[in-house]
Amino acid sequence: MAFKTFHKGGVHPADKKITAGASIQPLAIPATVSIPCAQHIGAPAEIIVQKGDKVKVGQLIAKANGFVSANIHSSVSGTVKNIGPVPDASGYTKQAVIIQVEGDEWEETIDRTPDIKRNIDDLKPEEIINKVHDAGIVGMGGATFPTKVKLSVPLGKKAEAVIINAVECEPYLTADHRVMLEKGDELMIGTQLIMKAVNCENAYIGIEANKPDAIKYLTELSSKYPGIKVVPLQLKYPQGSEKHLIAAVTGREVPSGRLPIDVGAVVDNAGTAVAIYEAVMKNKPLFERVVTVTGDSVKNPGNFLVRIGTPISALIEAVGGLPEDTEKIISGGPMMGKAVTTLDIPVAKGTSGVLMLSKDLAHRGEAENCIRCGKCVDACPMGLEPYLLSAYAQRKNFEELENNHVTDCIECGCCVFSCPSNRPILDFVRFGKQSVMKIIRSRKK
Amino acid sequence: MSNLLTISPSPHAKGKDTVKSLMGGVLLALAPAFLCSLYFFGLGALITTLVSVISCVLFEWLITKFILKQTPKLADLSAVLTGVLLAFNLPSNISPFIVMFGALIAIGVGKMSFGGLGQNPFNPALVGRVFLLISFPVQMTGAWPKPIESRWQYLDAVTGATPMSYSELGKVNMMDMFFGGVGGSLGEVAALALILGGIFLIVRKIITWHIPVSILVTVLIITSIAYLTDPEKFANPLYHLLGGGLLLGAIFMATDYVTSPMSDKGKLIYGFGIGLLTVIIRLWGSYPEGMSFAILIMNALTPIINKYVKPTRFGVVKTK
Amino acid sequence: MDNVIVISVLILGGIAILAALILYVIAKKFKVEEDPRIDLVAECLPGANCGGCGFAGCRNFAEACVKDFSGKVCTAGGNDVMKKVADVLGVQAETAEAKIAVVRCQGSNECRPKTNNYEGAKTCAIVAATYGGQTGCAFGCIGLGDCESVCQFGAIKVNEKTGLPEVNEEKCTGCGACVKACPKIVIELRKKAVKFRKVYVSCVNKDKGATAKKACSKACIGCGKCAKTCPFGAITVENNLAYIDFEKCKMCRKCVVECPTGAIREENFPPRKPKEEAPKQLNTSTGADKVETPKEPGKINLEKPSDNLLKE
Repeated sequence: MAFKTFHKGGVHPADKKITAGASIQPLAIPATVSIPCAQHIGAPAEIIVQKGDKVKVGQLIAKANGFVSANIHSSVSGTVKNIGPVPDASGYTKQAVIIQVEGDEWEETIDRTPDIKRNIDDLKPEEIINKVHDAGIVGMGGATFPTKVKLSVPLGKKAEAVIINAVECEPYLTADHRVMLEKGDELMIGTQLIMKAVNCENAYIGIEANKPDAIKYLTELSSKYPGIKVVPLQLKYPQGSEKHLIAAVTGREVPSGRLPIDVGAVVDNAGTAVAIYEAVMKNKPLFERVVTVTGDSVKNPGNFLVRIGTPISALIEAVGGLPEDTEKIISGGPMMGKAVTTLDIPVAKGTSGVLMLSKDLAHRGEAENCIRCGKCVDACPMGLEPYLLSAYAQRKNFEELENNHVTDCIECGCCVFSCPSNRPILDFVRFGKQSVMKIIRSRKK
Repeated sequence: MSNLLTISPSPHAKGKDTVKSLMGGVLLALAPAFLCSLYFFGLGALITTLVSVISCVLFEWLITKFILKQTPKLADLSAVLTGVLLAFNLPSNISPFIVMFGALIAIGVGKMSFGGLGQNPFNPALVGRVFLLISFPVQMTGAWPKPIESRWQYLDAVTGATPMSYSELGKVNMMDMFFGGVGGSLGEVAALALILGGIFLIVRKIITWHIPVSILVTVLIITSIAYLTDPEKFANPLYHLLGGGLLLGAIFMATDYVTSPMSDKGKLIYGFGIGLLTVIIRLWGSYPEGMSFAILIMNALTPIINKYVKPTRFGVVKTK
Repeated sequence: MDNVIVISVLILGGIAILAALILYVIAKKFKVEEDPRIDLVAECLPGANCGGCGFAGCRNFAEACVKDFSGKVCTAGGNDVMKKVADVLGVQAETAEAKIAVVRCQGSNECRPKTNNYEGAKTCAIVAATYGGQTGCAFGCIGLGDCESVCQFGAIKVNEKTGLPEVNEEKCTGCGACVKACPKIVIELRKKAVKFRKVYVSCVNKDKGATAKKACSKACIGCGKCAKTCPFGAITVENNLAYIDFEKCKMCRKCVVECPTGAIREENFPPRKPKEEAPKQLNTSTGADKVETPKEPGKINLEKPSDNLLKE
């Protein structure tokens, strides 16, 4: 099979998909959950419940605040115990609704039957988009961009291809992989809903070659769903980056500073497509997600269906406790995930995995001199010069950073991965990028 | 969990390359050439290489510790590599004191005076070599030990001419140049061994193909044109490819990380420049061998190449 | 033979004359006219290029002064320098209030235990962009010395023992470079008083009292006792954090005694009379000693300012 891929840079981290064979287990509902009101890119949602209120599973507890924002629903039934700041994966505290769990009473409108609803003919695009908005769906691959915004194709633009991102190029993570195997029909119908919402006839599901069972299963399944094709892709990080997936599947490169829709593509994560199906066909808002809990020395690593707001300590208990040698815990995958400071951090909509790294993997090597080997330049999937950007950022030369397109950086970490001298290249580049973005924004004002 | 958790920005995964593994890989790639030189030059090759490596390491240690007052980092093997490369560019019957002097210049002037590994604008081994070439022209190019015959001799080795002196050209068997057995510097003796090393480097992704290939292609094309216009005056292009330090330079010296450009396009330009300068010096210059000078000149241009030749960014070529 | 020498001399001499002519013409034609006063003004300036004045460097500042003197202040040089500049330009100097940098954090390794180990690039800016920091307090000093590296006068240094920066009051010019460099806005410019005396809230933590106290034993818990005590209305409490307005503060030091955590600090005052030495005060001074015992005369450490003002 001729597998496709993108053609610039990229690295091959060891993929370590330990949990690929572990089917999704529902995780017990914890005693309390803390649901942060900023789980997406954009403005935090506005909390509409008060201390002491009774809530049900799926009840709206925070409203989207602006166009780029998302609704947030209760993931449990019970009483609002408190509203206050809790630490989240960002390493800072954020406003959250803390709910004491009582029973498991769902909103009546949610269809809890296991039946698969296939009839989407009567739905209008606006209806789909509104339901996606109401259900608070965001990109579940980790970027957490509100899906409603992606589905709202701007005037004058035309969607020519819907691409389902089932690449999961991060090592260790298998949440999407399991979703594809266990919720194939839901994924397909979700894809059809996206196609309908953006008025597009073609959809491609991009899957990397390390998931042959998913490729096989979905390819067979796709014969029943006209317009949907499975595209097997070569194993290469960061193929799950939106821009690189589009390049791999369609051969088109999204120009610097533009959006996928500018090349006619709408990209959504596999988990998001299933969430869209559930929201539109089953009236179920986004309040639970599949999380991979893994690590080399974890006793029983697995994939779990977790209510949003569950502390990661509950997940770690479910896999047999924190291994003795754990020195770093990551929310997300090892390439782009965030290291967390405490186990109290709640699972959010974008939490795709919890990874426990043991001593030998947890630490960075000592940084040495740059030997100018150019490996970061070869590895950079955006065609930038990380060594140069890093040096400029260190010297706070923001003008040169901007001239050298630091804002194109997708923070994938390929430069650091490839650096033989263990230099913290991306730390500086990210700082430079943030500073330059700030300068650009202030210029626009 | 007794220990505090570790926090660092992403990524939390790291590839296998380290400075040590890369330098070690280059040393491994030099092993076949070293074995050949041991076979052909015997004792002289061994002594020269040892002296060169030991003095390079020693000088690096002394300078880092007592002049720069930093912790010496010999474990990265870069000083060893400089020592081996320097030795490979010397005749095997050269006095050990000259070798030590060359090592001092290579490490002291070529590398540490700029701040150590990663800061030097010129390839340290070549700085040492060119310094010796100019200071000791007689010892450096006067009399090359004859391969095999001089295996058990050192300073009193039987000598002959290098094929790059044109009077001797034509008397040399090209198969000898390929498999070894022609007089010359330590590392130049067998083209095959160097090519094997080069293939290893490219397969292990320690270097990319751009620099060696562009140098060799440039040399091949220009010397072919010269040969075709006047076969009497100019040598067969294969002599140019196999002879002298061309392969050693193209595969091991020009590809030095620190002093070569970063981007693929830059590497091609750099390789072309080296090839062109080498041929010009060889065909029309007063030195029979131009590789060292060509590489040093292009080393000087590397910052400019880096500044003006940028990699193609994602999303720039094609727009919708 | 003679011929050769003559020809060589002629040729080389000719080239030399030609080159000289070309240089002369170019020098004349492209000469940049510059106000000579710029050089004179630049000579008066400290020449540290600290950027405290808002210009890129001292020369830029000098150019700006020559164009229009009013409103420009060399923060580093202070009134003395500005007076010299004014003399050069023949105008009247305006006097500005002298300021000094104050570090408003007492979260030394002892009072503020580490909760995690940071392993990324060692700059405060990157830590601040990554997460809340190595301790339970997400507001205070990170201690990696971004302030130290921007200071052109060697006036602020991170004390390795405490992990906090200390200001050398003799050297500090109040240019404000450290204030701009600090991503947590821990450093504040406060009025320079007689003998460098100061009274300030040495904490910037806005967490609720219990959280703040848990993270750091010297944190301001926002109890408001100081504000009630202050006879001059100089203290305000906002977001669980007290702030002393240095314009209103008369340095009576009543608040220092009142503060239950020792977050308010007094510096460079003569020792209090024994009768005043309440247990709380003791507390404060021991804390102060730990953090800022002057090792050499004239080298005194400053501590942490708090600053709602800057943020607003």
